[in-house]
Amino acid sequence: MKKMLTLLLSAGLVATATQAISSPQEDLEKFRIHYEQRFPGIQLDEFGNGPYALDANKRLQWESMEEFPPYEEYVDKGREIWETPFKNGKSFASCFGKNVSKIRTKYPHWDKKTGKVVTLEGDINKCLKDNGEKPFGWKKGKIAYLGAFIGYEARGQKTNVVIPDDPKALQAYEEGKQFFYAKRGQLNAACADCHVYYPGQRVRGQVLSTALGQTTHFPVYRAKWAKKGKGDGMGTLHRRYGGCNKQVRARPFKAQSKEYRNLEFFHTYMSNGLEINAPGYRE
Amino acid sequence: MTKLTQRLGSTATALALCTGLVFSAQASADDLAAGKKLAFDRAKGNCLACHHIEGGKVAGTIAPPLMAMKARFPDKAKLRAQIWDATAANPNTIMPPMGRHRILSEKEIDQVTDFIHSL
Repeated sequence: MKKMLTLLLSAGLVATATQAISSPQEDLEKFRIHYEQRFPGIQLDEFGNGPYALDANKRLQWESMEEFPPYEEYVDKGREIWETPFKNGKSFASCFGKNVSKIRTKYPHWDKKTGKVVTLEGDINKCLKDNGEKPFGWKKGKIAYLGAFIGYEARGQKTNVVIPDDPKALQAYEEGKQFFYAKRGQLNAACADCHVYYPGQRVRGQVLSTALGQTTHFPVYRAKWAKKGKGDGMGTLHRRYGGCNKQVRARPFKAQSKEYRNLEFFHTYMSNGLEINAPGYRE
Repeated sequence: MTKLTQRLGSTATALALCTGLVFSAQASADDLAAGKKLAFDRAKGNCLACHHIEGGKVAGTIAPPLMAMKARFPDKAKLRAQIWDATAANPNTIMPPMGRHRILSEKEIDQVTDFIHSL
């Protein structure tokens, strides 16, 4: 009953949230100006450090974590996965090319043939299937390790999502944008409520991060995910989306669902020009 | 004698009415305690997620501190309405509609309102 109620509520609210259509470029400009005015003096790339760009105490704790980062062993595991050949003798390099550092900034991207947003995780599992291997789980474990390695090798390169001038691609972008701004769940909160309107403020003890720069550090090592029953700390962007939706008491969508892929398309585009700093550490 | 009984009876009724009125205007200590518990409980009102409340630990900073509430809401019914559905006054508010989305029951909202109004 409760689930039903939540679902009805979120469905109704999504339908009422309408946004005037503006071009992705116009959206990006407004998005940037908002954060520049809200946080004058913070350099663009600093936003990729989430709450640690906004709160001096949390930053000190984070900097000490970064001295011996807990994600390092998973980057190494990712490297092993990358280097281990498939049963057919091929490897991930046969799908992605030999240069690992050239992969991360190609994602997410619009695929004209299938009319879908393609994510790195989507292509990792496609590569496995095409080579007769069993695909990885979508949210944590091997997919996150390999993603962490691919991200690590691309550190310092700039996010560069291209939204082609194609009605279907623009539609996917628009759906992602609507998702981002629509209130949902029993707590009636949009992504934007916390991460556009209240970043830097605290919800209880947690400092809210800016939506700008959120995508650059995924996959992430999250201390909250390094607990019994949760896993080893590593997780993908879509795992985080699901967690956010649950926190506002909305039913989460499946990892790699159309909803989350389109959200990733919009969300990552908004961070164009920011450096990849994956994998990141977060509380 | 009958008259006296009648008079006594009506006095008693009047007294009862008065006490009743006082009772409804001023929340009982039990209701205040229950309201406080709900306001601090992360799985219930969780007012502390965003508001500072005296006596509450690790309060958020998103929303105004809850203090001088009688001055801010002379009409308790308005405070209750704000808690029940803050989006009625401001559709973009981040405050969850506690009643409209059934986050709290009507009775719980009464108790939380009593507690918040006492701050």
